[in-house]
Amino acid sequence: MMKRTFLRRILAASVLSLTALVVPVVHAEEEAPDAMIKRLSSDVLETIKNDKAIRAGDMAKVVALVDSRIMPNVNFQRMTAAAVGPAWRQATPEQQKRLQEEFKTLLVRTYAGALAQVSDQLITMKPLRAAPEDKEVLVRSEIKGSGESIQLDYRLEKTPGQGSGWRIYNLNVLGVWLVETYRSQFASEINTKGLDGLITTLTERNKANSSNGTKKA
Amino acid sequence: MTVNQVSHSIRLQPLVARRARLVQGGAVVALVLLQACTAVPNKDPRDPLESWNRGVFGFNDAVDRAVVKPVATAYHDVLPNWMRTGVNNFFNNLDDVWSLVNNALQLRGQDTADSFGRVVVNTTMGLGGLLDVASEMSMERHPANFGLTLGRWGVGPGPFVVLPFLGSSTLRDTLALPVEYKGNLVNSVNDVPTRDALTLVNLVDTRAAYLKAGEVVEGAALDKYSFTRDAYLQRRRNQVYDGNPPDEDSTSEEAPPLPAAPASAPQQ
Repeated sequence: MMKRTFLRRILAASVLSLTALVVPVVHAEEEAPDAMIKRLSSDVLETIKNDKAIRAGDMAKVVALVDSRIMPNVNFQRMTAAAVGPAWRQATPEQQKRLQEEFKTLLVRTYAGALAQVSDQLITMKPLRAAPEDKEVLVRSEIKGSGESIQLDYRLEKTPGQGSGWRIYNLNVLGVWLVETYRSQFASEINTKGLDGLITTLTERNKANSSNGTKKA
Repeated sequence: MTVNQVSHSIRLQPLVARRARLVQGGAVVALVLLQACTAVPNKDPRDPLESWNRGVFGFNDAVDRAVVKPVATAYHDVLPNWMRTGVNNFFNNLDDVWSLVNNALQLRGQDTADSFGRVVVNTTMGLGGLLDVASEMSMERHPANFGLTLGRWGVGPGPFVVLPFLGSSTLRDTLALPVEYKGNLVNSVNDVPTRDALTLVNLVDTRAAYLKAGEVVEGAALDKYSFTRDAYLQRRRNQVYDGNPPDEDSTSEEAPPLPAAPASAPQQ
């Protein structure tokens, strides 16, 4: 009897002390940007590996994955603003919202197919070169399958506020930055047709892409 | 579609360029170009020849739609996967020889050693390059060509150029072409029919590898020409700097006005 109570007390005490040790550490120490990318990409890769529907190109599921896992870690407004350029400042809030929606749909739709091929790729992080006080960092990684490895880099910004972490605002595959690749295309649409013209073009492209997708499936 | 294939879309044009032979279609090209030479608003300073380039781009695209893509699709649909992989490995092995030379000229020790190891292993154990044993042994590919070697030694890319049949290039990469031609082992085959056949299979094999990537570009690009150009120029610059070009972040909110400011990148 005595023994059991004693054991229980020890157990309770150790659990308490462990919690006391662990919990504040988690709160106080910010996750490093490269650790965040590593965690996010392994998490997403794992989800895709275990989900046949996603690999089969089920758009609803892909969108759900993007929205629930990836988007909270992305400053998509900044990404869209950078691709749109100076005209972003003249856009109404409604136009800005539509631009973000259509741009996101375009990216998710066109690159969803790539998710289907996820298998045994390994992600390796390259050493992070950043000072602790940096508000913007470049995180570099590589996907290794067979043959040539694929370079995958991210630009992240520190979200203001303690413990709110880092958010992605640009990424590159093999050295080609997403935002830069869209910038001059967006600029020429805006120059000839205005902001609403760009929105219309994006919407139409998305409609065409989605009907192509249905035809193929 | 693999990430690899998506990424390949970026390299489609230069690879076709390296492997294709110049065909004497100058007259046809000139006609198409005359029609296409209209003034281009919103000029990109890296692309002073834009109206000419757009003409050639349209011509290449038409040739691709009419001939190259259908042939590559048939090749992809008819031949079994293992056979296509063998063909692809064989030409990659020949490419690795040229990469070896250029990695050495660029004084990239590790890449040169890897390329050397790959060629030795794949040519012997890989039965003349048909099997990519080296990749199984985690020896990475490091593709390199003479245009990149020039870039490594400080030759700037010059203006963007689209070549008839060969696709995206820059002035530097275009001037490097005669050397690339010599470096392509297929061209050192003496028997002309064999050489032509090899060149043709090489072209079809390359195009077939990018079928899905091509579809991604079709879906993702609002303007295929500037999408391809901007991706190509960034990719080449990235390769010259071995994946780590000097910082040129234009995503910041205080980004300079469009199009992509060249002032921060005198030597891409």
